[in-house]
Amino acid sequence: MQITINGEQQDLPEKCTVLQLLEQLKVSPERIAVEINLTVIDRSVYHATTLNEGDHVEIISFIGGGAHAG
Amino acid sequence: MPVDTPLVIGGISFRSRLIVGTGKYASFEETRKAVEASGADCVTVAVRRVNILDRNEENLLDYLDPKTYKILPNTAGCYTAEEAIRTARLARSAGVSDMVKLEVIGDQRTLFPDNEALLEATEVLAKEGFIVLPYTNDDPIMARKLVDAGAAVVMPLAAPIGSGLGIRNPYNIQIIMETISVPIIVDAGVGTASDAAIAMELGCDGILMNTAIAGADHPIQMAEAMNHAVTAGRLAYLAGRIPKKLYAQASSPIEGMIE
Repeated sequence: MQITINGEQQDLPEKCTVLQLLEQLKVSPERIAVEINLTVIDRSVYHATTLNEGDHVEIISFIGGGAHAG
Repeated sequence: MPVDTPLVIGGISFRSRLIVGTGKYASFEETRKAVEASGADCVTVAVRRVNILDRNEENLLDYLDPKTYKILPNTAGCYTAEEAIRTARLARSAGVSDMVKLEVIGDQRTLFPDNEALLEATEVLAKEGFIVLPYTNDDPIMARKLVDAGAAVVMPLAAPIGSGLGIRNPYNIQIIMETISVPIIVDAGVGTASDAAIAMELGCDGILMNTAIAGADHPIQMAEAMNHAVTAGRLAYLAGRIPKKLYAQASSPIEGMIE
């Protein structure tokens, strides 16, 4: 199935969970946050949250910035 | 002699009255050294997408351990209340802090805040239990409204972000201090150590800065200068300065002069 992760199209197996996605991307679940279709996903349910065709996923972390880093 | 008490924001006690940004440094190692030299125990960080294509990218928090430093995520770069609220929720979900340095920028050229949107976002996030630190103008009425909306502190700008112009309106900062009872952190506009000292001498509870340190020729040295300036300014505020007078007042006694 096709989903969009941080603006990039990715092909993932059906019933892929958030935790499996993070493992595949080699992203440690520590100190990051995940949002699916604008809803923040609690880290305690990464293993139980399955992705669906067409989902928009955002994975964020922290970078250097003070004011208006963008 | 007045004894100082630590800065407390939303029940969190701070060792230093200086909060530093982590942007614009040449490397994470330089960031770490500058933060250390500044004496700050709280750093602000921006929220951005993880680079999913290059996983060898280093992580800032490997250099600034959240066990050692209080992490203050910011909503830098957000132009609407919705964007700022979304960013704040994501930041909290990362599990390092309930604090948020709330920025809603109104204009790209001045980077002045959009206070209407800021107030809206403050109210929503405070209700959700965030410790909200809003970046705002040096406007006493706005400061009061932000406190009423649930802001834990008010962070008026001294001058535009990154301008280095110093405290442009000390009188407004003084009025804000008389208007509200939560801590006041000057955020943005400091250029050099004397600017930081002036803000602290006015009685501000703290200062947040980034560019003044990271943009200096020698950031680690400037970080140390800011550390001293904030401490000196705070001590001078507590010690109580002499009044300003137009004419001289001799400091040596006249009695016993040779004739």
